[in-house]
Amino acid sequence: MESITITFKLNGKTTAVAVEPLTSLRSVLREHLHFHATKAGCGQGGCGSCTVLVNGESVLSCLMLAALADGQEVTTLEGIGTPQHMHPLQAAFFDKFAAQCGYCSPGMIMAAKALLDKNPHPTRAEIAEALAGNLCRCTGYVAILDAIEAVVTQMQEA
Amino acid sequence: MGVKQLGIVGQSVKRRDGMGHVTGQTQYVDDVFYPNMLWLKMVRSPISRGIIHGIDTSKAEAFPGVVAVITAKDVPNNWYTILCLIGVEPNDEPVLAHEEVMYMGEPICAIVAETEAIAAEAAALVKLDIEELPPVLELEFAIRPDAPAIKKWGNNTFMYDGYNHRKLRFGDFETAIQKADYVIEGTYSLSPIEHAPIETHCCVVKPEPDGRLTVHTNTQALYFTMDNTAIILQVPSQRLHMVGGTVGGGFGGKVDVITEPITCIAAMKTGRPVKWRWTREEEMRKSSTRAAVKMQYTDGVMNDGRIIARKVRSLEDAGAYHRHSPYGVQKHMANLPGPYTIPNVWVDAYCVYTNRQPSSAMRGFGVTEATFAVECQMERIARTIGIDSWEIRLINAYRNGQMRPVQKVVEDATLIETIQAAAELIGYDLPSHLKAMSSDDYAGNGGRHHG
Ligand code: FES
Ligand code: FES
Repeated sequence: MESITITFKLNGKTTAVAVEPLTSLRSVLREHLHFHATKAGCGQGGCGSCTVLVNGESVLSCLMLAALADGQEVTTLEGIGTPQHMHPLQAAFFDKFAAQCGYCSPGMIMAAKALLDKNPHPTRAEIAEALAGNLCRCTGYVAILDAIEAVVTQMQEA
Repeated sequence: MGVKQLGIVGQSVKRRDGMGHVTGQTQYVDDVFYPNMLWLKMVRSPISRGIIHGIDTSKAEAFPGVVAVITAKDVPNNWYTILCLIGVEPNDEPVLAHEEVMYMGEPICAIVAETEAIAAEAAALVKLDIEELPPVLELEFAIRPDAPAIKKWGNNTFMYDGYNHRKLRFGDFETAIQKADYVIEGTYSLSPIEHAPIETHCCVVKPEPDGRLTVHTNTQALYFTMDNTAIILQVPSQRLHMVGGTVGGGFGGKVDVITEPITCIAAMKTGRPVKWRWTREEEMRKSSTRAAVKMQYTDGVMNDGRIIARKVRSLEDAGAYHRHSPYGVQKHMANLPGPYTIPNVWVDAYCVYTNRQPSSAMRGFGVTEATFAVECQMERIARTIGIDSWEIRLINAYRNGQMRPVQKVVEDATLIETIQAAAELIGYDLPSHLKAMSSDDYAGNGGRHHG
């Protein structure tokens, strides 16, 4: 198949990549550009581990054709913080033991970020609703909700 | 360990790997990529039981981009069983099936190709000639003498010291049950449970110039996997450089040695790095599960709530192959009487083979199933004879110094104290005679239990 070139902003940097037309955004991120934070739990929209932000909206990157990201802004977990400068959500997940095996964490954190960017003061129910598409098999959802709530409280106090 | 280090108890400690997890820096196996890497896909049995007459791989081999096709003849030591390392016999599982298929999804033939998509396309071109046989799928049917024997040794159970079940005998059940005021029966069943880790099975193997293989795996049992892989490959284990320790959820589901041997063979055969990662469907439908179990209890109980006799018959569904089940049933047998002092116990625990996907390890396998049944049965006893749920457990709870049915004296019992603490935490005021009980009151209580 003839490849197409897609140009988009990845974590703030203009990025161009040549891929086959039916490639998913997740494959482009993980397998072409080697941004591995975004995970691959199912490939069918069932687990949420591949959640990224496209123009600030939370998106399952396994279900989005990479071609549709052309000209858009894509943010992955790598783009929001580093071990030296963690995003408040990353710090809270770390502090509050909200990442056990860690495989769901990138998706959880990105879904939470999409929510807080739009609604900085969500209720616990609203947080749970925003994470409804993200599965975790280890940590348990309570610790994850606690971590996100802690960030909401911090922001209120700040 | 010094007292200083023990000071950590009661403090909140951060995970060592936590910062990597939350920043996306942790490298999981599927995050390992090598230049020139090939991809593997498995051709699996479409049916539950049958005889293999032919595996025609010619079309797949000719497919552009396919680099190697691997069948049983490429596996140096094709018959294995994981627990051979602790003496379980016989080797009952082929790495790749070639004579018969025993469950839907059993691996038959591996396709190694330039891309994952090519491997998947070529896998669909392998033509299987399998004569379908009626599968054995139900536990009670499987142990009937007239059921077709699916195992080579002529029946459908693991053989424990010549018996088709694991026996536990303690005291004299037959006599004691005659003396009981009540005979209370209960049957408890569990369906198989899939671990469903968010990270599916994955293995990446890179052949090194010095003849070693670097094996990236998300196994939960690295050394176990190394030993079994060495046996299957017939190579000394120092040729395997195992890299593991990062698992995206396991829960016991990643202790079967199930991706590494084939991926190693593919790397050896092609001289190139190879990745094999399972799809979500493979993870859900082909990987091992917690076993289905059926447990039948017959208890002899006195008017005052003492259980004087307990008989359990349990059937555990190992699926098609041993995996960890013969050992699981052993643990199961030991735990079926529960943490209670019962002077007369009779247990028959069967490790049953069926044409279902193999079951294997999962969080306390064998034990948690027994606990579920025991505690349901305790409730049933309490309600049948009209005794309080706390009391039935506390009067029967085992005490230090008592002999358990497995011929081990109880030490460090804490059941009574734990129940008392739980009552206090939920604000339930236990009657004073139950509050006065202790795990150390065997001397005062023992006469009652053995009377
Ligand atoms: S990998 Fe996209 S939802 Fe599971
Ligand atoms: S931490 Fe393992 S899946 Fe959530």
